[in-house]
Amino acid sequence: MAALKIKKGSTKHSAYNLRPNFSDVQETHTLAVNVDNEPGVLARVIGLFSGRGYNIESLTVAEVDHLGHQSRITIVTKGTPQVIEQIKAQLGRIVPVHEVHDLTVEGPAVERELGLFKVTGDGDKRIEALRLAEIFRANVVDSTLGSFVFEITGAPEKIDAFADLMRPLGLVEVARTGVAALSRGAV
Amino acid sequence: MVVQALKDQGVDTVFGYPGGAVLPIYDEIFQQNDIRHILVRHEQGAVHAAEGYARATGKVGVALVTSGPGATNAVTGLTDALMDSIPIVVLSGQVPTFMIGSDAFQEADTVGITRPCTKHNWLSKETETLSDTIHQAFHVARSGRPGPVLIDIPKDVQFASAEYTPPQSIDTNRYQPQLKGDIEAITELVEALEKAERPIFYTGGGVINSGPGASQLLRELVDATNIPITSTLMGLGAYPASGKNWLGMLGMHGLYEANMAMHDCDLMINIGARFDDRITGLVSAFSPGSKKAHIDIDPSSINKVIKTDIPIVGDVGHVLEDILKIWKARGRKTNKGAIAKWHEQIKDWRAVDCLKFTQEGKTIKPQYALSRLEALTKDMDRYITTEVGQHQMWAAQYLGFEDPNRWMTSGGLGTMGYGVPASIGVQMAHRDSLVINVAGEASWLMNMQEMGTAVQFRLPVKQFILNNERLGMVRQWQELLHGERYSHSWSEALPDFVKLADAFGCKGIRCDNPDDLDEAIKEMLAYDGPVIFDCLVEKHENCFPMIPSGKPHSEMLLGEASTEGAIEAGGAVLV
Repeated sequence: MAALKIKKGSTKHSAYNLRPNFSDVQETHTLAVNVDNEPGVLARVIGLFSGRGYNIESLTVAEVDHLGHQSRITIVTKGTPQVIEQIKAQLGRIVPVHEVHDLTVEGPAVERELGLFKVTGDGDKRIEALRLAEIFRANVVDSTLGSFVFEITGAPEKIDAFADLMRPLGLVEVARTGVAALSRGAV
Repeated sequence: MVVQALKDQGVDTVFGYPGGAVLPIYDEIFQQNDIRHILVRHEQGAVHAAEGYARATGKVGVALVTSGPGATNAVTGLTDALMDSIPIVVLSGQVPTFMIGSDAFQEADTVGITRPCTKHNWLSKETETLSDTIHQAFHVARSGRPGPVLIDIPKDVQFASAEYTPPQSIDTNRYQPQLKGDIEAITELVEALEKAERPIFYTGGGVINSGPGASQLLRELVDATNIPITSTLMGLGAYPASGKNWLGMLGMHGLYEANMAMHDCDLMINIGARFDDRITGLVSAFSPGSKKAHIDIDPSSINKVIKTDIPIVGDVGHVLEDILKIWKARGRKTNKGAIAKWHEQIKDWRAVDCLKFTQEGKTIKPQYALSRLEALTKDMDRYITTEVGQHQMWAAQYLGFEDPNRWMTSGGLGTMGYGVPASIGVQMAHRDSLVINVAGEASWLMNMQEMGTAVQFRLPVKQFILNNERLGMVRQWQELLHGERYSHSWSEALPDFVKLADAFGCKGIRCDNPDDLDEAIKEMLAYDGPVIFDCLVEKHENCFPMIPSGKPHSEMLLGEASTEGAIEAGGAVLV
C-alpha cells in the first residue's frame, strides 16, 4: 500500500503536507485511485465516502489492466483542503488500494466525459439541434424521424453547455459516464 | 487447512461458538490438541475475549463464529477493535457458495455488514486460496495500524481439500505500511525539543501497539530529557505511573495537572495518539500556544482534527529510536532552566490535588473502593480490564499502571459489556496472574453470561463491581445537562449478585461497609477461582475532574461546587 507516495527524506510531497491552513474554501479535486480488481473494492471506496460524509460529484470505474487485475477509479470530489487531504489519506488506508493520485494538485490533467443525449422534435427545432451538435462535434448515433441520440465527448463543462442548449430543443433523456482523467505529459 | 494455518501463525487459543456453517472447522479442532478452543456464551464475548487476549499479549487474537447471527453478534467486537486498533482475526462460517444470495437459513451478507467495521475482510470462495487468505489476514491485522479483519468461509469451501500454502511463501509486499519516520521531520522535532520551555509528551495506544520496546524507548527519552508526560486512556502503562515525570491521564476526566499542562505547553509531542474529542475538548481552544508534533503510523490520523506543525508518519518504536539517536548525537541538549520552572508550575497545579475525596460515614465511596483495591494489589502481577462508565474513569484515575499491556478498556467505542469477556481473554493468556475486571453493575450485566465460560475453563477472574444501582455516567450527564431529570438511568430490578455467583458456581462477596472493605478484597484475592464482588457504593457520586462538553482544558470542573451552569446550550448537543 504505497498509496500516498511519501518520498523518503522529504516531507514536501507527503500525504499530510497541507496546502494553506485549515481553510474554509471548497475545492473540487479529481482523484485517480488504482485498486485491485477484487469483489467489494468499489463498495469499500463508496462506503468510505458515505460513512465519513464526503461528497462524490462523479465516479467512474473500470478494469484497466486485465492481467494485473487492476482497476482505476476516478473520483471528482469537493471539500475544504483539510477534507480533501483526509479523503486521500483514508483512501490510502484501504488495503486493496495501491495508489491515490490527486490530479488537481499533481499538475495539469486531461479530463473527459462522454454524454448521450436524446432529443425529440421536428421542423426548425430538429434542424437547430443538428446544427448545434455539429458545432459541438457531437455525433448522431441513432436517429428516427422524430428523434436523435447525440454522442458527445469532452470536459464536463462542455457537456453541461451542450445540455443547456439542447434543453429548449426537445431534450428528453441524458446519460453521462462521469469523468475519466489522466495527467498530461510523459509521466 | 484452517487449523493448520492458525497453528503456523502461532495461534494457541481460539474463542468461539459453533454452529451449522462452521461444523467442518469444529471437526478439525476436535481432532487436534495444539489449539485450545474456549467456548464462550455469546459471539460478542468471543470477540472481546480475543481482544483482551491480544492486548495482554501483543499477539493477534482469534475468534471463530458461525454464519448469520454468529457473524452479526461479532459486529460490536469488530467495531470496538477497529476503534482501539486491536489486532484480531475473526473467522466466520457462511452458507455454501451455491446458496449465497438465496436467503438461506442463517445466511447474512457478512462481508457487507462487516466492511465498515473491519480493517479488511474477505469472502473466501475457493479452498485453493484459503490458506493464502488466512496468512494475508494475519499480516494485515498486525501490520501498520493494527485492526480487526474477518474471513468469511462458506461451508463447501471448508469441506473441500486443496494444497496448503505455508506462511513463508505468502507475498506480503502488497501491504507494507511505512515504519521509518522522515529523518528531516524528526530532526526538526529534536531541534524544537532542545529549545522548548514548556514541552510535554502526550502519548497514546500507539506506544502500546508498537510493542514493549517502544515503551522502553519512551521511558528512556522521557527520563533523559526530564520532560513531563501524560497519556490517553489507551496509553496507560507505557510510562510507569510511579515515574517522576508522570502527570496522570489527560482528557475529559483526566487530571487537572495533565490538562493544564496540555493547555499551557509550548511544545506538544503527540506519540501514537489521535487527538480524540475526549482529549481535545473544544478544538478551537485546544492548547492554543503550542507547536505540535504528531507521530503516527496512520497518515489519516495526522491533521484530521488538529493542525500539526511537525508531522511524522511512522512506527512509534522506530521513530523514538531515531529521535533518541539524533538527540544524543546533537549533544543531549534541553532547555534545563526553563524546564525546571515548568516543573515548578506543574507542582502548583498538582497541589490542587484534583482526585482528593473524603471517605466518611458508612457508605463506600467508589473512589475509596478503588484506592483500596490499588493499595492491596499494586505489587501483584496484575491485569485490569474495565467496562464503560464512571467506574472506568475512576479506575484510570485511581489505579496505577507500571507496565504496558496491563490495562484493557474499551476506549474509542465505549462498549459496555466489554470487561467480562476481555478479562476471560486476558486470563487465558496469563493463567497464573491476577485479572480483575473493574465494572459497574449495569455494564457488567450486559455480558454476564460469560461467567459460565470462566467457570467452565477454571479462569479465576475477579469481577469487582462498583454497584450504585444507577447508570452512573448517564445519571451524571442528566444531572449536569438535563435538569436532574433522571430518565431511565437506574435499575429497579437488579439481581442479587451473591446468589448469581452461586448460580454460576463461583464465589460471591458483598461489601457495603468501608470498614469491612479491606478484608473483603483480601478474601476475593485469596479465593482460587472466579469471584463476583458486589461492592455497594455511594449512589450519587459524580466523576471529577471533568472538562464539560464544548469547553477548553483550562475550564475544568473539579467538584460538585463548580458544576452550576457549567455547560451551556452549545455544549449540551455534544456527546
